[in-house]
Amino acid sequence: MSANTNAKLIYMANQIATFFQSQPANEAAQGVATHINKYWESRMRRKLFEHIEHGGEGLNPLVLEAAPKIRKPEAA
Amino acid sequence: MSLVHEINYGTPASKSEKLVTLTIDGQEISVPEGTSIMRAAMEAGIEVPKLCASDMMDAFGSCRLCLVEIEGRAGMPASCTTPVAQGISVSTQTQRLKDVRRGVMELYISDHPLDCLTCAANGDCELQDMAGAVGLRDVRYGYDGSNHVKARNNGEINIQWAPKDESNPYFTFDPAKCIVCSRCVRACEEVQGTFALTISGRGFDSRVSAGMSEDFVSSECVSCGACVQACPTATLTEKSVIEIGQPEHSVVTTCAYCGVGCSFKAEMRGEELVRMVPWKDGQANRGHSCVKGRFAYGYSSHKDRILNPMIRDKISDPWREVTWEEAYAHVASEFRRIQYQYGRDSVGGITSSRCTNEETYLVQKLVRAGFGNNNVDTCARVCHSPTGYGLNQTFGTSAGTQNFDSVEHTDVAIIIGANPTDGHPVFASRLKKRLREGAKLIVIDPRRIDLVRSAHVEASYHLPIKPGTNVAILTALAHVIVTEGLADEAFIRERCDWSEFEDWAAFVAEPYHSPEATEAHTGVAAELVRGAARLYATGGNGAIYYGLGVTEHSQGSTTVMAIANLAMVTGNIGRPGVGVNPLRGQNNVQGSCDMGSFPHELPGYRHISDDATRETFEKLWGVTLNNEPGLRIPNMLDAAVDGTFKGLYIQGEDILQSDPDTKHVAAGLAAMECVVVQDLFLNETANYAHVFLPGSTFLEKDGTFTNAERRINRVRKVMRPKNGYADWEVTQKLAQAMGLDWNYGHPSEIMDEIAATTPTFALVSYDYLDEMGSVQWPCNEKAPLGSPIMHVDGFVRGKGKFIRTEYVATDEKTGPRFPLLLTTGRILSHYNVGAQTRRTDNVVWHPEDRLEIHPHDAEQRGIRDGDWVRLASRSGDTTLRALITDRVAPGVVYTTFHHPTTQANVITTDFSDWATNCPEYKVTAVQVSPSNGPTDWQIDYDEQARQSRRIAGKLEAAE
Ligand code: SF4
Ligand code: SF4
Ligand code: SF4
Ligand code: FES
Repeated sequence: MSANTNAKLIYMANQIATFFQSQPANEAAQGVATHINKYWESRMRRKLFEHIEHGGEGLNPLVLEAAPKIRKPEAA
Repeated sequence: MSLVHEINYGTPASKSEKLVTLTIDGQEISVPEGTSIMRAAMEAGIEVPKLCASDMMDAFGSCRLCLVEIEGRAGMPASCTTPVAQGISVSTQTQRLKDVRRGVMELYISDHPLDCLTCAANGDCELQDMAGAVGLRDVRYGYDGSNHVKARNNGEINIQWAPKDESNPYFTFDPAKCIVCSRCVRACEEVQGTFALTISGRGFDSRVSAGMSEDFVSSECVSCGACVQACPTATLTEKSVIEIGQPEHSVVTTCAYCGVGCSFKAEMRGEELVRMVPWKDGQANRGHSCVKGRFAYGYSSHKDRILNPMIRDKISDPWREVTWEEAYAHVASEFRRIQYQYGRDSVGGITSSRCTNEETYLVQKLVRAGFGNNNVDTCARVCHSPTGYGLNQTFGTSAGTQNFDSVEHTDVAIIIGANPTDGHPVFASRLKKRLREGAKLIVIDPRRIDLVRSAHVEASYHLPIKPGTNVAILTALAHVIVTEGLADEAFIRERCDWSEFEDWAAFVAEPYHSPEATEAHTGVAAELVRGAARLYATGGNGAIYYGLGVTEHSQGSTTVMAIANLAMVTGNIGRPGVGVNPLRGQNNVQGSCDMGSFPHELPGYRHISDDATRETFEKLWGVTLNNEPGLRIPNMLDAAVDGTFKGLYIQGEDILQSDPDTKHVAAGLAAMECVVVQDLFLNETANYAHVFLPGSTFLEKDGTFTNAERRINRVRKVMRPKNGYADWEVTQKLAQAMGLDWNYGHPSEIMDEIAATTPTFALVSYDYLDEMGSVQWPCNEKAPLGSPIMHVDGFVRGKGKFIRTEYVATDEKTGPRFPLLLTTGRILSHYNVGAQTRRTDNVVWHPEDRLEIHPHDAEQRGIRDGDWVRLASRSGDTTLRALITDRVAPGVVYTTFHHPTTQANVITTDFSDWATNCPEYKVTAVQVSPSNGPTDWQIDYDEQARQSRRIAGKLEAAE
């Protein structure tokens, strides 16, 4: 798994978080989770979770807040 | 089969609802008030002789052939310029009329060569027809006197005579055959809106000329062909007709170029295409067209077309021609092997916006039902995916709200991030017509596009924003509307969620969204923003038209939402003349999105996680569908680089050239083990392919395209596929090779399956389309005639949703190394990556991509017009020639991306829209410096391309 694609995923997750950060506070985390659930393929979500398990460095706190609401893909 | 004949009613239809009854040659007829006598007669089946009249243009009244007599009125009025009146009695044929008409014809013919037998218009000439109609039997005057016909008069040079102008690659202008009816001049003005032609001189000396007596190709002419179609003689004639002769049958079909989706008559002689003529009953184009659809079809018989399937083990090998069976078997076994080795999700497919709905549907079906995953995406990813997302969130449908006719009722148009005169020329012509009638225009674009100022059109406001600040400017417009009390409260209360509106209104009202505060990043003077906002909110019917300059940004989806917010806050939704109108790039972008090309959606925009929808397809297809979204194109490439994605079936797309960050795309493709490309030509992506399946053109298959107004138009086969199979047949054979039991005998059966599974298409069938001409989806029990305008009685999602749109600057920022912002676009004569148009004579207008740069920036760098320059970003560099112009602001440079040698996408970065991954083509920080030749990348690329296009046993295939 290349570091480069991981960096990309973090960047994408943060972009999503940035959008929902500007939305009403009570909808923000759910917004991020729903978006990722709807549009991210399992591989991408799996990597996101792996990254969070390793401390989630570089992730917008809203992504971390949303994480419990993101669907966990089955193990590969 | 025979020619599709269209009736020329002589003058345009009147829009009046009041009927007037009159008698013509003893027949009583009722027509709308304001109709000309000529048109009324034609409606009654009586054809009054005419030469200068055409129902595409207003009456002119110059030829005096259409005279009639009206009981109780003196004289002989021209029937084209005389409106009907209640109770009058008209005679179209009396002795007096006959004599006058014959006299008029005699004068025309006395200054006209008698060349009929060898003339290209023979058989399709109104002058000839009229000579016949009035019974002209002899002409008493010879050519001895003054005339325009002979190059020499009694041995002297005839100054009245002018030679043929053959400069335009597609049509000729022969002044000797001109009768100065000025139909061409009026077509250019009224239909096309270019004003390239004029009549100079007076009386007998008057003549038609292009521009300031230039030849056509150096004039303002954009080669739309409207004048050629309008000309009643051989003066303006298609070169193809001169070469081939008159067509003998014609078939109505749909242009395969842009999202306007013009209807054409393909006029044929046997299987040879003689010409394409825009069809008057085409509801998108109303008889008009642009140079691409009208003339640039030569690619379909270009020698570069690959007609046999080919395979190779490694991309460094030359291609090897194989039989279709071998090719199918090879792909099937490779994809199975890859899936066995790397898992079910290691393969995928890409559908094409250039292919038909039916073909797109089959490719996504192959991926979902055959590959067993949802790794299917389409090139709309790189253009309009934010439109789908943004409009779905706010309104509830992933499509534009209007038909093109709607523009006839628009009072204020906002054009943002689109350049319709180049990208959507036929729509531009219709818009310009409305602007000449007095509608107002606001342009929001970093570049001074042609519409800002051109013949008889001037924008009230041009907001020249810095690239990447769309959200800031749109939110500032909303700020003005809300804080100045211009919101349409009644509309919002009735149609939208009021508490969401209040939340949004409070958000946009924040002082930091004011035009004064946003001026710092948008670069647009606050007063302009305020003026534009007031005009849009209070100027009557307001319509927003937008293009890729909106979507191809990090905040593309947010911008689409901001546009939707503006339309809702001003109540500009749900009736003619208003709305939100995405101008789609390729012909079938709308259709490919509708057909379930996205990895998270089944046909009809239904999420893959929705059990009921999956069940519909599972029952029909006899498979279990994966309920997880699949990979999008950029994700596929990332996964390929990661080693988890190995096989890709690409129908009719050239992702290596059209997608951003070429080097990353190349790395992704190079990491795959089986790349299958189905296309007309060895495109750039094919350089990385292991299997090539020859494609077919739109002339060679049946199907449907769906244009930007959701209009489903028929594509009809006019010749057999040169490669042997239509694209849908190839996909079907491939599916069969993979063990799927598909047995479609005709594309209509595929459409029946779409209709049976997709509620918005429920009533669509080929029979119904034949009957209706075309329909706009939704077309179902609730809307049996289709839906020209959406959200009429309420939004599809229920209540319209206002969404906060916070401006976030892109991370692609200028700095000392890359101080300029590059933005990209396209040009009229070319289409997308240019694979088709570059293989036509359209190259006379745009032989290469040029870099537009402001004189100030050029001077600082010591660059002169036409110099080679190096264009570099953090992704890569390329060279091209500079074009110095103040169309772009200082600090901004601009180029097109039609030519593979430029590889403009080597420059673009991998930043993308937050919601959809639509790449940020429109903003790249760059540096420009003088250069004396191609970069190393270009040289290497050329060499790689040349190597990879070799075909065993053949000379090098030409690009
Ligand atoms: S333009 Fe028409 S009338 Fe003139 S020579 Fe040609 S066919 Fe005959
Ligand atoms: S081809 Fe079109 S633009 Fe050119 S002169 Fe004719 S009408 Fe005008
Ligand atoms: S070129 Fe054709 S359309 Fe134009 S004035 Fe002459 S005859 Fe009429
Ligand atoms: S057709 Fe009426 S004057 Fe020419």
